[in-house]
Amino acid sequence: MSVTWPTRLDEAVDAAAAPAATLLAGGTDLAVEVNAGRRRPVAVVALRRVPELRDLEITPAEVVVGAGMTFSAIAAELAAAVPALAAAARTVGSPQIRNAGTVGGNIVTASPAGDTLPVLAALDASVELRSAAGTRTVPLRELITGVKRTAIRPGEVLVRIRVPPRRGAQQFLKVGTRNAMVISLASAALVVDEERRTVACGLGSVGPVPVRPAEAEAFIAGEIDWERLTVPEGAVARFADLAARAARPITDHRATAEYRHHAVAVLVGRALRRSIDVVPA
Amino acid sequence: MGSSTVAVCRPSEIGADVRRPDGVPKTRGAFAFASDLSVEGMLFAKTLRSPHPHARIVSVDVAGALAVPGVRAVVTASDVPGAPTFGLEHRDQPVFASDVVRYQGEPVAAVAADDPATAVAAAAAIDVTYDVLEPVVDPEAALVGPALHPDGNVFRHLAIRHGDPDASGDVVVEGTYEVGMQDQAFMGPESGLAVPADDGGVHLHIATQWLHADRDQIAACLGLPPELVHLTLAGVGGAFGGREDVSLQIHLCLLALRTGRPVKMVYSRDESFLGHVHRHPARMWYRHHATRSGDLVKVEARVLLDGGAYASSSGAVVANAACFAPGPYRVPNAVVDGYAVRTHNPPCGAMRGFGAVQVCFGHEAQMDKLAAALGMDPVELRLRNALRTGDRLVTGQVVTGAAPVAEVIRAAVAHPLPPSLDDGLPMMARPGGAGMTADVADLRRGLGLAVGFKNICFSEGFDDSVAARLRLELGASATPVATVHVATAEVGQGFVTLAEQIAREELGPLDVVLADADTGVGSAGSTSASRQTWMSGGAVKQVCEQARRALVDRAAGIWGCAAAELVWLDGEVVWEATAQRMALAEILAGGPVEERCVHRHRPTTPLDAGGQGDAHLSFMFVAHRAVVDVDPGLGLVRVVQIATGQDVGRALNPLQVVGQIEGGTAQGVGLAVMEEIVLDHGQVRNPSFTDYLIPTALDAPDVAITLIEEPEPGAPYGAKGVGEPPAISSGPAVLAAIRDATGLELPRAPARPDDIALRA
Repeated sequence: MSVTWPTRLDEAVDAAAAPAATLLAGGTDLAVEVNAGRRRPVAVVALRRVPELRDLEITPAEVVVGAGMTFSAIAAELAAAVPALAAAARTVGSPQIRNAGTVGGNIVTASPAGDTLPVLAALDASVELRSAAGTRTVPLRELITGVKRTAIRPGEVLVRIRVPPRRGAQQFLKVGTRNAMVISLASAALVVDEERRTVACGLGSVGPVPVRPAEAEAFIAGEIDWERLTVPEGAVARFADLAARAARPITDHRATAEYRHHAVAVLVGRALRRSIDVVPA
Repeated sequence: MGSSTVAVCRPSEIGADVRRPDGVPKTRGAFAFASDLSVEGMLFAKTLRSPHPHARIVSVDVAGALAVPGVRAVVTASDVPGAPTFGLEHRDQPVFASDVVRYQGEPVAAVAADDPATAVAAAAAIDVTYDVLEPVVDPEAALVGPALHPDGNVFRHLAIRHGDPDASGDVVVEGTYEVGMQDQAFMGPESGLAVPADDGGVHLHIATQWLHADRDQIAACLGLPPELVHLTLAGVGGAFGGREDVSLQIHLCLLALRTGRPVKMVYSRDESFLGHVHRHPARMWYRHHATRSGDLVKVEARVLLDGGAYASSSGAVVANAACFAPGPYRVPNAVVDGYAVRTHNPPCGAMRGFGAVQVCFGHEAQMDKLAAALGMDPVELRLRNALRTGDRLVTGQVVTGAAPVAEVIRAAVAHPLPPSLDDGLPMMARPGGAGMTADVADLRRGLGLAVGFKNICFSEGFDDSVAARLRLELGASATPVATVHVATAEVGQGFVTLAEQIAREELGPLDVVLADADTGVGSAGSTSASRQTWMSGGAVKQVCEQARRALVDRAAGIWGCAAAELVWLDGEVVWEATAQRMALAEILAGGPVEERCVHRHRPTTPLDAGGQGDAHLSFMFVAHRAVVDVDPGLGLVRVVQIATGQDVGRALNPLQVVGQIEGGTAQGVGLAVMEEIVLDHGQVRNPSFTDYLIPTALDAPDVAITLIEEPEPGAPYGAKGVGEPPAISSGPAVLAAIRDATGLELPRAPARPDDIALRA
């Protein structure tokens, strides 16, 4: 096994062009695969020494997050700018895992339980992929195509994540069977945009890819009094129910599909109550 | 390999908070665990396991493995020179499966190679053809179904008939309960290093709980006399019962003898989950009868334990489950049937609490039901029926020792309650923790109480003994040194300080060296059943007392007086008539003193056909009060506080007692809310710490402890064992508290999010 340590982005892109290249960021997913004998990388390209991958740019027009930012860094540095993403980062693994694991790694692994994915989906984030052939920007919802499957092409390096501006409350709630270091049984992100008068919702661990419950989102946007930022009590349950109907959970050793359905509705309802004042109908 | 600990001289007698000599090295990563063993030229071994819970083996072809460069040996059932099977109680488990596999993960072959990766590749190159069969995974079906093994399916049926079987009470409550399969989840995976010896034997360095039981099983399967199989304890990373059975021991020794080279093996985490026994899952039916005033009249119970594919210690576990099925209460009449049966699930055996844990979930749920039916306070009901010294158990045995049941209950409920939910609660301390799922308004608080008990030491007439050797001599700079040699496995329980404390208590201030635990001395029995303080502690005490007599005799010889004129006082021999004193160092100037002993406890007797007999030596009692916060909407629970009163006889090292209580409590809480081996048609679905969840620091409750110190007659220093009780009633108390918070019946442990949220 060979290992290369590029120190500049162009070097990393060159190294990634090798046919057998395996990209290594925090290693919190790759090392597990290697230790379990499921992967035997032959040419590892270690990305941790590429400073461009850790750049963070916060402007009124956009938040640009370097793919190599660790969960710890995101939790600390994005708490004000993108609070739901920071909240999701705080739920990942243990402090050691958060110090090593990266948001870019979370995206390319594309696990249905990836904690940042429902948030990025709700934020309408897109990712910038760079290869020897050039740079392209792909919306997250098109990037993740299935369970641990993405539209990333061979030789492409995920460089940064572009998050459009949202003005309003953001929430992230995640259910696990213990208080930390746990894989999500179900999660929900809620992103309110008072400017565009939209409510976006991302559901995690309840389908092969992050779920955006479009019908629920449209319904609740129509129920909210955007001047007062209130919503009638009766609309909350309907919103939660519509959101849960969009979920496609499975039963596995962690939880039943029935529970995941139920939990998603509870999470979405609570996320809404935390974001918008609920008033009697 | 192996490490003797030389203690520096410090105040460390009985009752002191002596710190572990291995504590700092373990926290710094400097302690050598068995997985750190290394010797020049060693090979690495890997076990090939059945992926099927039930299959006929059509053929095993090892040619592919032997063709892998770097492979030194491949062994299968036909290479086992001695007995083909092993086992703790019944030797019913094959070293390697040859004709049929009976559980997922059953070993079929093992490989030794130059490096671990080659061993893994070679094991994968063994071609096994299986005829896959339907597994029998329901213990009720196995109880009445065709035999899954030549020895049959019922490991043991223990019937207890006590008093009048037809007695009945004014108030009757009934319930059916279930406990899932818990894993010991020790951190250090199974590891060992076998080194061939010049005499044709083998020397195994191994993390285990019972060196001599391992040795005897290894020797029988290797076809060697036991004296050619030498074992030395290697650093143990937790045990909790899961190292009482043989796992890789025989495979390693076989490969070392076959290759003539040292062979090391370390299980991977998923292999560890398949490679050791678990806590028996239980199905329990109970019917309690009481008078209108709340006196228990009769307990009827049927306890069915799933023993999995092989016997392990199922017989002793089900005996405990049956004997302790009513809980620590006065029960004049009882009809109890305990069954442990064979299925194609993973084998189950010893785990902390050993049968007493499962039934505690049953009897304590019943006591709460009974209290509700009587309109009585659950604490009051328990106090009214609490066992006392002189009471009779349902086995007919009279409890002659300390039985402070009422005291442990009162102590548990006397602790101040934690701040209420109205005072707010940091997000991380709520159910859901870092997931930030709950607002305080989503939560309900509940309180629950549970009481448990269990035997100390081995029961039912087992010849329970510990051999000890002591050598007293002058060390460097002519200071006295005591070298204690016992085969006691230190698995974290703290014998490492206790041996030292006892030697100083008995012999005065001196350096104490605890020699490597090995088979060079007689058996110390297993580090289990909360027995080593009583048994190995007792052996060290006994051998020190012998040495004291020898020292007095020697002093008498020097002074030319009768030994009867001398007394031992504060580490010196005193001739009271002349007021002369002789220090230990002076006596030892004449040469070392060596003593040996075999320590035994008072014999117990087997149980008769009606389950009657003085089968147990002594009992430990414990009560737990749990305070929980429940999020009924999501079914998440956080245990806020566990308050406990525990009957310890006497705390010989209070710091270690607290450690045992906090650790055991976490294990009990884990079983109540998250820990379970998930099985699907005999397949383990969660063999990893990603999916077999144990409590983290954020899940562990505050633990408020009151030690009840009523010295136990006959026990060294009056001390009872302390390791198991914290794991017995802590879980049932948590279940009771969740029931209190939700109003749900919750007949099953662990209470999963589904069980709460979908029924709330």
